[in-house]
Amino acid sequence: MVDAVLPGQGQVAAKAVRRSSLRKTMQRKSTIAFFMTLPLILLVALLVVYPALYAVHLATLNKGMTKFIGFGNFQFLFRRETFWMVVQQSCIFALTAVFFKAIIGFVVAHFVHNIPAKGQRKWRGMLLVPWVIPPAMSTLCWLWLFDPSYSAFNWVLGLFDVGPIHWTGDAYWARFSVILVNIWIGSPFFMIMYLAALKSVPEQLYEAAAIDGANWWQRIWYVTLPMMRNIIAITALFSLIVTFANFDIVQILTAGGPIDKTHVFATWAFRVGIQSIDIPQGAAVSLFMVPILAIAAIFILRDISKRGSEV
Amino acid sequence: MRKHKLSRRKFMATTAAASATMIAAPFVRTANAAGKISIGFWDHWVPGANIATKTVVEEWAAKEKVEVQIDYIPSAGSKNLITIAAEAQAKAGHDIFAHPTWSPQGYAELLEPVDDVMTDLIKEHGKVNATVEYLGRANGHWLAVPATVGSQIKGPCSRIDLMKSLAGIDVQAMYPAGSPPKADAWTLDAFLKAAEACHKGGKPFGIGLGGTSDSVDSVGMFFHAFGAMLVNEKGELTVKSDKVRQAMEYLKKLAAFLPPDAPAWDDASNNKWLVAGNGSMILNPPSAWAVAKRDAPKVAEQCWTHGSPAGPNGRYAPFLPYFWAIWGFSKNKPAAKSLLRALSTRAAAEKMVAASAGYDLPSFEKLTDFKTWAEESPPKGTLFHYPNPFNHQILSVSAAPAPPKIAFQIYTQAVQTKMVVRFMQGEPLEKTLAWAEQECEGFLRT
Repeated sequence: MVDAVLPGQGQVAAKAVRRSSLRKTMQRKSTIAFFMTLPLILLVALLVVYPALYAVHLATLNKGMTKFIGFGNFQFLFRRETFWMVVQQSCIFALTAVFFKAIIGFVVAHFVHNIPAKGQRKWRGMLLVPWVIPPAMSTLCWLWLFDPSYSAFNWVLGLFDVGPIHWTGDAYWARFSVILVNIWIGSPFFMIMYLAALKSVPEQLYEAAAIDGANWWQRIWYVTLPMMRNIIAITALFSLIVTFANFDIVQILTAGGPIDKTHVFATWAFRVGIQSIDIPQGAAVSLFMVPILAIAAIFILRDISKRGSEV
Repeated sequence: MRKHKLSRRKFMATTAAASATMIAAPFVRTANAAGKISIGFWDHWVPGANIATKTVVEEWAAKEKVEVQIDYIPSAGSKNLITIAAEAQAKAGHDIFAHPTWSPQGYAELLEPVDDVMTDLIKEHGKVNATVEYLGRANGHWLAVPATVGSQIKGPCSRIDLMKSLAGIDVQAMYPAGSPPKADAWTLDAFLKAAEACHKGGKPFGIGLGGTSDSVDSVGMFFHAFGAMLVNEKGELTVKSDKVRQAMEYLKKLAAFLPPDAPAWDDASNNKWLVAGNGSMILNPPSAWAVAKRDAPKVAEQCWTHGSPAGPNGRYAPFLPYFWAIWGFSKNKPAAKSLLRALSTRAAAEKMVAASAGYDLPSFEKLTDFKTWAEESPPKGTLFHYPNPFNHQILSVSAAPAPPKIAFQIYTQAVQTKMVVRFMQGEPLEKTLAWAEQECEGFLRT
């Protein structure tokens, strides 16, 4: 038995404890995960957080970017008729497009799910084509189909003595056109997500439902949809964010025209900020998307976590 | 050996003389003074036209022993505007940049004044038109040098045959090659009658009412012809004026004879309209004719570029100059100024005009007599009147004479074309004017 502790022995012990606790911390899964994701966190901070904060800073400057004006740019926007039209159009554009993408994705996912496994891969690949082509390129093809003077659609309609339709010249047709192209590009994403969800629904549930005498609609309503709810919500949220922030489709097809009737936040921010050299105003327009999307995200994610805790 | 004793007075005199020489000399090359310079030129859409600027710059660089880097940046998709905005934010980038029409005013505070260069160039080549001065000067200083490359007049380019057969107008007789125009009868009324006749004949005038530059310039020309302005030179709102109402009534009548999809037209639409043989006139520089020469020679043979119709306020033609500007953050300003002088010589301008098949226009009054415009064909003399050689048109830019920072917003937001479309689609005129007034009011903020 040791009656006395040698001087310095305590310090050595403390050091050893510290070293072992550091080792333990380093060996903890969460620490390792943190360090492994650190490069990505830094990248996100550099490419997302910094520009976002810089945009906030820009939005608080005057037109000449010489002095701080607080919320002046936002107050100015709230008094503009065009701005409220853009808000309305962005909501119509995003909500309509996401709704139809979800419906089409859901239906097509069911069709593909019911194709025998042997030929399914081929169909999956083909149906993903609109999503994997760079949107700027496919939108250019759509532009040629909608061309004001040489529309291929109008040529076909002309064979049946219908039209011509001013696809991008008439405000309502122009809105229809940009939404249609967005749906065409975005539906495969919904399809593939829903297909993955469908494949994870246990077959026994359908068998049990069939034994209980459930028809096709009841199986969808009481088995498929509840099992897919989280995927549907996440996909809708993700798509809503991307669609709200859409730029390329509208810019290429209509550039916001005619008479601003197809502008969305991103295209109008570009028109005001870059083309009209009013960067602070452009930043304010683009930042206006944040509260709208944040509210949507809070509701959807809260719903998902609530259901997660119920499970 | 004689010893030279340097007195204080002599030393001061020598130093002063040396300093004066250094300041006054345009750009003196010494062994290490040359350095590097980078240039962001506009990427010309006439194939092969970039070669002219490349040659001039390389010759200058070889003579001055300067290392140069040239980037040709297209305006398609506003790539040049995005690059300018990025360089302005970063305060880094090219030393010289080709700024489109309104850009020097937008970045006035970030540009190096070029008063010394412009004073010499005006002395050598004559005055520049009022539009160049309006766009290129701010606070009493020249912001940039008007570039030959990219500068253009958007006058009528008519089909000789269709105008003769459908509207009874001989555009060649009105604007004879090599002679002054005989265009007294070429008025807004004559223009409207011709538009109606060509519309009835199934070959309407191809004038866009969209939000891009060609549409805005065309509508702006009619506004100017009536003396209609949305904001005056003092920055006061003048939307609700009789002249604006007159211009709107006229444009509503004209719009009825334009293609029904004109509100969706972009800058390519009118070119396609002419090249496809669908219309009898467009308002455009000779780029459409140049494309027709390659793709539809029969159409090109019938094209004639000429002056605009006169209105109650005069005969106006849209003029869109490009500018070569030096960024304030440039590290080699003396070399940049020297290069701007080299790019603005008569020989260089002539080379650029020839390389662009007559599309590019120098802004100086003594540089409108190059043989390219007289000789280009088919038909011979088709471009003779393009550079406004007899000054019978007032060169203007849409939304002027409002203070440039306001006019720029009116122009890029295409307020005038939107007014026409709204009114044309049945909105009451006073409601359209109220909308335009609210838009312009927003542009007055600083």
